[in-house]
Amino acid sequence: MSDVVNDTKIPNNVDLSSDKKLQRALEAWQPNFINWWLEMGPEGFQQDQVWLRTAISVDSDGWAHFDYVKMPDYRWGIFLADKVPDRKIHFGDNIGQPVWNEVPGEHRNTLRRLIVTQGDTEPASVEQQRLLGQTCPSLYDLRNLFQVNVEEGRHLWAMVYLLHSYFGRDGREEAEALLQRRSGDPDKPRILGAFNAPCENWLSFFMFTYFTDRDGKYQLLALAESGFDPLSRTTRFMLTEEAHHMFVGESGVQRIIERTAQLMKQAGMSEDVRKLGGIDLPTIQKYLNLWYTLSLDLFGGEVSSNAASFFAAGLKGRAFEEKNYTEHTALNQSYTLDKYEAGKLSREEIALRNAMNEVLRDNYVEDSQRGLDKWNRVLEKEGIDFRFKLPSRRFHRHIGMWADVPVTPAGEIISREEFEKRKSEWLPTAEDEAYVKSLMTTPVYEKGKMANWIAPPARGIKGQPVDYEYVRHNV
Amino acid sequence: MIDVMDPVAFETHPDRYKHWKLDLTDASSGIARLIMDVQEDHGLRSDYVLKQNSYDLGVDVELADAVQRIRFEHPEVRAIVFSSAKDRIFCSGANIYMLGSSSHAFKVNFCKFTNETRLYLEDASSESGIKSIAALNGVAAGGGYELALACDEIYLQEDGNSAVSLPECPLLAVLPGTGGLTRLVDKRKVRRDHADVFSTVAEGIKGKRAKEWRLVDDVIPRSKFNDTMTKRAKELADASPRAKAKGPGMPLPPLAGSRDRQGAGWIINFKYITLKIDEKKRVAELEVRGPDHDPPKSADEMRKLGPSWWAVQAFRELDAAMLDLRFNFLDVGLLVIRSKGELEKVVAHDKALASLSGSDWLAKEIALFQRRVLKRIDVTSRSLFTLIEEGSCFAGSLLEIALASDRVYMKDDEDNESGIRVQLSPANFGPLPMGNGLTRLQSRFLFEPKRAEELRGREGPMTTQDAVKAGIVTIAPDAIDWDDEVRVAIEERAAMSPDAMTGMEASLRYGGPETLETKIFGRLSAWQNWIFTRPNATGAKGALTMYGKPERPEFDWRRA
Ligand SMILES: [Fe+2]
Ligand SMILES: [Fe+2]
Repeated sequence: MSDVVNDTKIPNNVDLSSDKKLQRALEAWQPNFINWWLEMGPEGFQQDQVWLRTAISVDSDGWAHFDYVKMPDYRWGIFLADKVPDRKIHFGDNIGQPVWNEVPGEHRNTLRRLIVTQGDTEPASVEQQRLLGQTCPSLYDLRNLFQVNVEEGRHLWAMVYLLHSYFGRDGREEAEALLQRRSGDPDKPRILGAFNAPCENWLSFFMFTYFTDRDGKYQLLALAESGFDPLSRTTRFMLTEEAHHMFVGESGVQRIIERTAQLMKQAGMSEDVRKLGGIDLPTIQKYLNLWYTLSLDLFGGEVSSNAASFFAAGLKGRAFEEKNYTEHTALNQSYTLDKYEAGKLSREEIALRNAMNEVLRDNYVEDSQRGLDKWNRVLEKEGIDFRFKLPSRRFHRHIGMWADVPVTPAGEIISREEFEKRKSEWLPTAEDEAYVKSLMTTPVYEKGKMANWIAPPARGIKGQPVDYEYVRHNV
Repeated sequence: MIDVMDPVAFETHPDRYKHWKLDLTDASSGIARLIMDVQEDHGLRSDYVLKQNSYDLGVDVELADAVQRIRFEHPEVRAIVFSSAKDRIFCSGANIYMLGSSSHAFKVNFCKFTNETRLYLEDASSESGIKSIAALNGVAAGGGYELALACDEIYLQEDGNSAVSLPECPLLAVLPGTGGLTRLVDKRKVRRDHADVFSTVAEGIKGKRAKEWRLVDDVIPRSKFNDTMTKRAKELADASPRAKAKGPGMPLPPLAGSRDRQGAGWIINFKYITLKIDEKKRVAELEVRGPDHDPPKSADEMRKLGPSWWAVQAFRELDAAMLDLRFNFLDVGLLVIRSKGELEKVVAHDKALASLSGSDWLAKEIALFQRRVLKRIDVTSRSLFTLIEEGSCFAGSLLEIALASDRVYMKDDEDNESGIRVQLSPANFGPLPMGNGLTRLQSRFLFEPKRAEELRGREGPMTTQDAVKAGIVTIAPDAIDWDDEVRVAIEERAAMSPDAMTGMEASLRYGGPETLETKIFGRLSAWQNWIFTRPNATGAKGALTMYGKPERPEFDWRRA
């Protein structure tokens, strides 16, 4: 096990001090990162002591380290999962060849694009969430938000490390550009759509961490298979962090549902919980529809020659390629999908390699359902008939063959007029947004206290009670 | 292999455009907007989908029509702004699946047509003062960037996404076929090493570096983009000499023609043009008829005649016939050209056009149009033989067709009784240059540059003997041998390898200086033609064939 070394300004397990040039480049980037963090990170909490976990090594115990830290002092560092000896490329056209420890020239641009696209999402989500602290429902949630934020910052470091180490001047320029783009800024937006969508209330935040971070999980799983070993090792470690982000989302939504169920009971099983200051189930479903579909877009087009060449080259595999599949060339196999082209729907077989985005999206859809099952069990236990449903993957899409096709959440193609007319049943309206925001005007900074619209968590963090002072705000 | 479902039609009108919108709301400020919004299910064939503003021939036909109409119908327009109606994408270039599934001949003809359209845009700028701006409000890839390169100025929206690229080499193992590489270094004067890097990075270049490397003129934030483009277009429009254009434009109505089966071929008939196709012999016969009315004596009369003026209509019909031949009759290797009419009348019309075009923008447009049609003949990859017989009228502008031919046969009647003559006019001495910048007479006498100038004074009809002496005629068989000589020459030519003839003719037609234009067509018929047929591009495992397929291309690594 390679321990985290703190002999440079940048904690790392990559023996950074032995590569002075790289060390200097990263140390030059560090102040720019900090400036970005101060400008675009959580607003109004930079001087607070936050009880955060910090990586001290990359094995499972390495996460055991929790302590108070001011966010700008967080030890952002570079951690790669341990090298697997004699690792071979295990899918695509180069099966059996040793993995690349340097960037193969042939794939340089493609790899850089993959890394930049992934890297861009990390600071983007911090930007999207920067004002949420000011409306937090509890110190517990506030701390979870910041934990997610600093770790997204670290994910940025992970990608920047790859850019600096392996991509020369281009890589350094891209690393700089990652700090220049801004989520939602029409002049310099983040690369992917969902990362420019506003995330301005906590219901959105929990849906985001449940659905959008889960896209991150699947992208990382696919990149963890990469034949470019530094990318594989980096993403394997990032996955351990991502799991916590999805936990925040899943438990957050669940606690809102629990609270709504309680309020419904108080109201005599009436669905109209808005009177009692809760978030009604149909509104929750609308936010679910929104963030789920924005996240589906992140997987790219259904039929993709890019995806095919990533796979062929051994740059990006399927999730759990090694574990879950026996055949790894994906040649002479097909994938059947409903093709919608020029207004016509047909069942079509396409080459499996060209369907790699869709294969990954299948895994994602299946995985997404699991949280809904849990949430529905809460409703079942409380004797409430409402059930949450994942909308059809054709619904509300902006990328791929369903982009801008008017489709109902059930997957039915309808007219544009009907879609516009019924949109408010399916997606949050300005009024819904205003209502949800109205619940969250005052932050809750009192230890152990919860906002009215959310139930407390079952337990605190790392053995601490729920009423622990997770954030020392303004003290 | 079927390249198109029906014969390709080149006639269209803004009311019928599927893929472009000609927006004239700012025409009073001198600005026309051409907005690309390709309808993906309206390709010329149904086996590909025109995603992401990718184009096929049908899309380019509309573009060519739009530029042509702006020139003739909208004298108030002095600047064209090109942009896209699609979010994030300006134009992703020629549709790759269309290229991959088209015959070689179609691919090259497609490239040739798009080249002509791009050159027309440049011609509109240099000759007519219609400046163009590529307002790249999204990714401009391949042919999309080549369209931008044909504009006077290129502006790239800065939004983190928009980039310019020529991904043909790294992605498809072919060349940017519409003059992209040539315009990079020759027109925009991009450094050759920068151009090398740019042309091998599939994702292209954006932002500051795109400007530093001269790939674009400026990079402008999204929020200021539209306003900046309008402002710049206004400046260009205000500075344009076309601002002085007086008098209304001239609408271009559809041509009335017929297209019928005839024996083992087709007969395509217009008022002044007949094209007969003999599919068995692989020979086409073109007849061009001279004027049947008096030339206009004033600009007003010219406008009254409008598109029915012989100088306009005959050349529009000729253009249509040449395109029909080029796209719909690939097996025809030889075009035999004849004419019918009165020499004096052709000369009179040429003179009328020459004198009007000194002072009237519309007359100048007509002359420029004739010049484009003749250039289209120059780059036609068919052997061209002109036959000058009784009743022919190869004078002035029509004599240019003969001079564009690979060979000129003129019947020799020793006693000069049959009246077979040719004649020069002002049209032969300047207004109708070739792509190399020289007149066809200058190109003919490269060994003796003074000779073209000496012919300027030659008024009146020339007999066969005179024409031979003047160097206009290749072979002058006498009347007794004529039929046999001509038959043998035609049969012999039609039997030659079409590839060898295409290469030979293209090499010989453009003697003298190189220009951007000759380089573009020369490189198209040499490099691109060759690369398109190499296994590395179009073999079973070639990159163009494999594009979008699950396997990766395989290359034959030997350098040729
Ligand atoms: Fe992340
Ligand atoms: Fe995350």
